[in-house]
Amino acid sequence: MKNFKESLLSVLAGIVLSLIITSLLGESPITIIKTMYYSVFSSFDQLSYVLFYTTPLIFTGLSVAVAFHAGLFNIGSEGQLYIGSLFTTFFSLTFLNLPSFFAITGAILFAFLGGGLWAAIAGFLKAKRGSHEVIVTIMLNFISYAVCGYFILGAFKNPHSQNPESAEIGLQYHLHRFSGDAPLNAAIFLAIFCAILTWLLLYKTNWGFEVRLIGSSLETARRSGINIKRRLIEAMFLSGGLAGLVGVHEILGHAYKFKDQFSNGLGFVGIAVALLARNKPLMVLFSALLFGALSKSALDLELDTEKITRDMALIIQGLIILFVAASQRRKNAS
Amino acid sequence: MLLDDLILSAVRISLPLIFAAYGGMLSEKSGVANIALEAYLLFSSFCAAAVMALTHNLGFSILSGLLGGVFVGIIFSFFTVKVKSDQIIAGMALNILATGLIPVLCKAFYGTSGQTPSLEIQDRISSTTPFIIAALLVFIGTFILFKKSVFGLRVTAAGDHPPALRSQGINVDFVRVKAILIGAAIASVGGIYLSLGAGSGYTRNMSAGRGFIALAALIFGRWKPIPTLLACLFFGFFDSLQIFLQTSGTLTIPTQFVQVLPYLLTLVLLAVPTGKAQKNFAPQAINRPDL
Repeated sequence: MKNFKESLLSVLAGIVLSLIITSLLGESPITIIKTMYYSVFSSFDQLSYVLFYTTPLIFTGLSVAVAFHAGLFNIGSEGQLYIGSLFTTFFSLTFLNLPSFFAITGAILFAFLGGGLWAAIAGFLKAKRGSHEVIVTIMLNFISYAVCGYFILGAFKNPHSQNPESAEIGLQYHLHRFSGDAPLNAAIFLAIFCAILTWLLLYKTNWGFEVRLIGSSLETARRSGINIKRRLIEAMFLSGGLAGLVGVHEILGHAYKFKDQFSNGLGFVGIAVALLARNKPLMVLFSALLFGALSKSALDLELDTEKITRDMALIIQGLIILFVAASQRRKNAS
Repeated sequence: MLLDDLILSAVRISLPLIFAAYGGMLSEKSGVANIALEAYLLFSSFCAAAVMALTHNLGFSILSGLLGGVFVGIIFSFFTVKVKSDQIIAGMALNILATGLIPVLCKAFYGTSGQTPSLEIQDRISSTTPFIIAALLVFIGTFILFKKSVFGLRVTAAGDHPPALRSQGINVDFVRVKAILIGAAIASVGGIYLSLGAGSGYTRNMSAGRGFIALAALIFGRWKPIPTLLACLFFGFFDSLQIFLQTSGTLTIPTQFVQVLPYLLTLVLLAVPTGKAQKNFAPQAINRPDL
């Protein structure tokens, strides 16, 4: 309860402070609040856009949260979601004649596998070599941008377009959309399903208990004979796999192709999502909803106000992260 | 002739890396992990360019570039040293904050989406020489600081064994704040170079990940002045080689392979020694606010 209060306060402080900044820049806070409110709540369509922006954040938020439970700071969800998307693109462009059910199932598994393997590199280096996962995942992020660029501009290139994007996937891979206009698609069910599954895994299985013990007290974990190295790699695999599922939402549910650099920071917002949710998988759903609403309303701020751009969302995110981190300063590191 | 060009362009590309890496070195050696280098570069290059566009005065412009970076440093040190937040998370937050705040400021001041007005040639620092001299000074200064000065010893002690320093009656937090702020000022020179030297004004996301490459160079150079300098030059050289090969059309390997080289090398370096050996290179108390 105390945690919840602190999170709420951090969010409020982040929003208030950014409103102060924007009013110093000459935009009335009332206009901003009104615009943001209408942007989210004015119609069913708007709400479905919010849920659309929420979906990938659930995946990346869960990704960061799982790693945190193992005591790992996965700053690499951004790279993992790209590699997951690349895998899913590969699958969809390779198996052209699968019936829809197998096509989509296979593409989902590949997205998970791609992100998972990419993150497992960091897990492996951490477990076997003691390399710090933060540095490793930062490096892996940059490498993933290049790897994706290489394939999208090369082997997977869209022959009908000058844009840096892959060829389009077949119709059998398209996820169901709920309404014609808004891009909200069935990936949100996968996201909610993953949140529940992650919660079960972390809190209701032996595996989850061991992972959480490693994260909370390495020494106790060692003494109780847990295979720490193995659990670290597995936890990173799960974390990366969840991030990779963003590819399902983006490629199968939204763009139907891999647009270079499409994510633009979803993995980093995941850090904010996880922090705010205190790494609780089910809370991630609500935390992602908040940040999804923030992203959506910031887009409308850019359209409807003279002085504010969509980057307002980043300001609020940054501030919230700062405040949440300040309120839960680390008690004992590694 | 050709080699001259290549080396000069390598130096040019290395310059912002050098400033950022040494800025990061001071902070990290004092025990504060710094992934906010990107924020330093972004904010200092923005401030320098914005003030230059407004006043056309080089002195003001450089000063505000430095102050811009130091301002980020003050926030960073407040949260990491005073509040004792997780250093990585605080650094991450500042990077996000800087990428969000600057475009909003640009929109409010100039009505543009994320850039300052383009600077006239006389408002730029078109010669690279002053920056090269500054980089050399920073290098020599840092070298002497860590080898000879009391403050340098204290910074190292704050990063490796803060309790020992504390038992001497020295305020560890204060040493760290000083190290962070000096580091922020050094990194800001790199930002100023980006918007006034290499570019003509601030453009959106100007640092383009250089803060992270600088961090890679710092780790690659094992937090030591000379190897770090070499790592920056090395990364710069490969980048210029890639640009050269690309423009001359002789490139047969994809550019992406060359682009990832600094990151890949750092990764390999991180993968090679075992945990213990690696920990001996990194400052012991890094991201351990409990110490």
